[in-house]
Amino acid sequence: MYKLFLPLVCLLFPLAMQAQTVVTGKVTDARKKPLAGVNISLVGSYDGATSAKDGSFSFTTSEKGERLITATLAGFASIEVKTDLSSSAPLLLVLKETVNELKMVTISAGSFEASDEKKNTVLKPLDIVTTAGANADIVSALKTLPGAQQVGEKEGLFVRGGTGYETQTFIDGMLVRNPFSSGMPDFAARGRFSPFLFKGTTFSSGGYSAQYGQGLSSALVLESIDLPERSSYTVGLGSVGPSVGIDKLSKDKKKGYGFEMDYTNLWPYFKIMKQKQEPVVAPEYLNASGNYRIKTSKNGMLKIFVMGTAGRFGFKGESLEYPGSKEEFRLNNQFVYTNVSWKESLGNGWKIQLGTSYSTNRDRITMDTLGKQPEPTRIKTRQDLSQFRAMLSKNLGKFSVLRLGSEYQYGTEASKFNNLEADFVDSYTASFAEADVYITPRFVGRLGTRYEYSSLLRSPNIAPRASLAYKLDAKSQVALAYGEFYQKPEPQYLRFDHNLGYMRATHYIASYQHISQFRVFRTEVFYKQYHDLIKTVPSYNNNGKGYAKGAELFWRDKKLIKNADYWISYSWLDTKRDHLNFPYEVQPDFAAEHTATLVYKHFIPDWMLNLGATYTFATGRPYYNPNRPQSEFMTDRTRNLNTLGINVNYLTTVGKAFTVFVFTMSNVIGNEQQYGWRYSSDKMRRSMVGPMAPRFFYLGMFMSFGIDRRQEMIDRQ
Amino acid sequence: MKSILAYLLFFAVATANAQDRYQAAMKQQVSLLDSASTFNPASLNALSNTFERIANAEQTQWLPYYYAAYCLVNEAFMTQDKTKVDPISDKAALLAEKAVALKGEDSELSCLLSLIAVSRIAVDPMTRGARFGTESAELLEKAKTQNPENPRVYLLQGQNLMFTPEAFGGSKSKGKELLNVALQKFTAFKPESDIAPRWGEVYTKELLKMP
Repeated sequence: MYKLFLPLVCLLFPLAMQAQTVVTGKVTDARKKPLAGVNISLVGSYDGATSAKDGSFSFTTSEKGERLITATLAGFASIEVKTDLSSSAPLLLVLKETVNELKMVTISAGSFEASDEKKNTVLKPLDIVTTAGANADIVSALKTLPGAQQVGEKEGLFVRGGTGYETQTFIDGMLVRNPFSSGMPDFAARGRFSPFLFKGTTFSSGGYSAQYGQGLSSALVLESIDLPERSSYTVGLGSVGPSVGIDKLSKDKKKGYGFEMDYTNLWPYFKIMKQKQEPVVAPEYLNASGNYRIKTSKNGMLKIFVMGTAGRFGFKGESLEYPGSKEEFRLNNQFVYTNVSWKESLGNGWKIQLGTSYSTNRDRITMDTLGKQPEPTRIKTRQDLSQFRAMLSKNLGKFSVLRLGSEYQYGTEASKFNNLEADFVDSYTASFAEADVYITPRFVGRLGTRYEYSSLLRSPNIAPRASLAYKLDAKSQVALAYGEFYQKPEPQYLRFDHNLGYMRATHYIASYQHISQFRVFRTEVFYKQYHDLIKTVPSYNNNGKGYAKGAELFWRDKKLIKNADYWISYSWLDTKRDHLNFPYEVQPDFAAEHTATLVYKHFIPDWMLNLGATYTFATGRPYYNPNRPQSEFMTDRTRNLNTLGINVNYLTTVGKAFTVFVFTMSNVIGNEQQYGWRYSSDKMRRSMVGPMAPRFFYLGMFMSFGIDRRQEMIDRQ
Repeated sequence: MKSILAYLLFFAVATANAQDRYQAAMKQQVSLLDSASTFNPASLNALSNTFERIANAEQTQWLPYYYAAYCLVNEAFMTQDKTKVDPISDKAALLAEKAVALKGEDSELSCLLSLIAVSRIAVDPMTRGARFGTESAELLEKAKTQNPENPRVYLLQGQNLMFTPEAFGGSKSKGKELLNVALQKFTAFKPESDIAPRWGEVYTKELLKMP
């Protein structure tokens, strides 16, 4: 016995010292799907393994007894299990997925969001501004998205059967009055704000948050950028004028200021390229803006933004009323906008956002039929708006959030039409409460309500809103939205009749979207009911009504063609309304039944060339022909709209400066674009409403120092 | 007295053993980095996990965190599915920050952070190029001031220049000039220990061979 024992001990002793235990097992997620790449480790030692594709792992260790084993994988909650190493039973480890932004459902019905910060968005801010034919006008770019109408003769976004007035623009939560340049009658004007002031753009074509009010159809929500990445300087020279810019960031990266100025004069261009109307005062604009931003604490930020523009132009053209005579239109405009906002975390999940803004807009317009008896028409208008806004938000649990806010706006309007004066003042207050409630990470509801009171209309309203969204799988989700929206009548009616009430619209939206790495598919159907629209016949009243319904598609693909990105939008719209002087419900002149857009962008890396094209199609819109009987009101249609805009950018360096040469051209094919027809008061003559010239082109060179801002320069054009 | 001495002796031996164990383990894992067979996403991920386990067991050594992050950033560069790049780079950044917390500001760590910035560009070059390209360049400038003799600074600067299109300020010839500087620095460079960062020389030569 002893003899046998000794060699055994001798044999076993070294083994016992080094006894290696083999630990094996498998890692899966909660649904028993194997997980690869999980780091399994024995706490306090180097021993461990990484799980294979089938979730299995195995490692040897010289440790013994009861030990802690941990398993970690990004996107999953780490686990720790106590295990007896002497047991040879395989370990079964189950990891639970942690919920992150990518896996969560988002509220999407009715809105297109462009943001760099949030993932899962359909567009990036750059996508909006690199669109050919948009000429870096936010609103022009948004017209390539479904829901927007191709209205070229009036400014504004015409969304889902709504007028341009029914879309409101908000910067950092605050309403912007006069977001468009003052323009000529029958010609759309550009938006006043450069897309590069904003890091986030949300184009909501309906059912939007209770945070915003006074837009019957749509809200354009812009969020200004924080600090720049680093300091830079830019200089530009284009065929319509020069520009300079400074963007400065302090050394500690806590403060930044910027200044920009540009001057535009279209006189030389119009001398070369014949326009429908002859310029008598050079179209000339001077824009300047400045900003100051400072981090007031880790999460606190104060932003001050000031901008001013001055512009003037005058045109002379054939008179419709007096054949053979000339009609002249002159305009002088000044606009100032300031915005101060501050945000801070208050601790305990509470956040505060305060904002104030002031804007003033002055127009002086003269309309004259040259050499004719009637005195020239002189119009002077001035609009001022001051406002304050406060919003508190509180995180509820992990993802849900509650928002409470109040705003106050004091707006005045003074207008003088020859010797006729019409002024009004409105103080408007609103409060809202809204909660995004995540029932599960895949199912979210947004419930909110808004209370508004206008001193001019002397009445309050309550607007409830609700959205639901459910995530079907990692890439697709369905959503529903409902909301009541109120808006004050347009100033031109309020000016003369202070007894009008709110207009109202009720929205119902259903949507489906599928977003993967390179592809986006979205479809929405909606129904919108209009109540209490303004009618001007027989006298001003709120008896108008109408509806809009339709279906929209959006498809974007970045994979099919190498170095190319394209998207297609299609909207079908069925709308009728009885408003203003309409005798009964008809399709209004700003609505087309079918609208489609194709945006294509191609980059040729070897030549450093960016090519872009935007093709737009819309079926003819109704126009009013006074020679028809009332039973055929608005039955005429304009020609279908077909336009193609292109842009070409060449990127290079000149010395130390990043330089880009830009060429853009609108309506390359030169198709006639009919926006409508205007009739003389004796119904004998008519003139077509259309663009000033069939095409517009632009050539420019931009240099940036310090940081490569060429992309931005391209986009500004 | 004797027992204290014995205790101290035992402790010294134990620490020496622990040190040996750490050195041995690190040496073995670092040598894997030189093997071509390791340079695929799955192996790099496994290697990063191993370094992380060593880091978690040691808690005072910055190099395991450094290597864990270095393996991940290489995995990020090799990952085809661009939606997966950000989570990998995020984790690499987290590990690199742990290394910074232990070691303090360091030329090698600045180089690593610069690589992490570059890895994020591939997700969306159009919108991210300017931002992360600038961040990467700034980090390399910082790395240069921290240690002008670190050859990896010139390697990464040269590489960035070579792969930046000329119109964006890149240049093949200027890139190669820097790579030649890197090569000179590599011959003079003495790693602090046999497990300290020393990668890049072979890669520099490969880059220089490119047309």
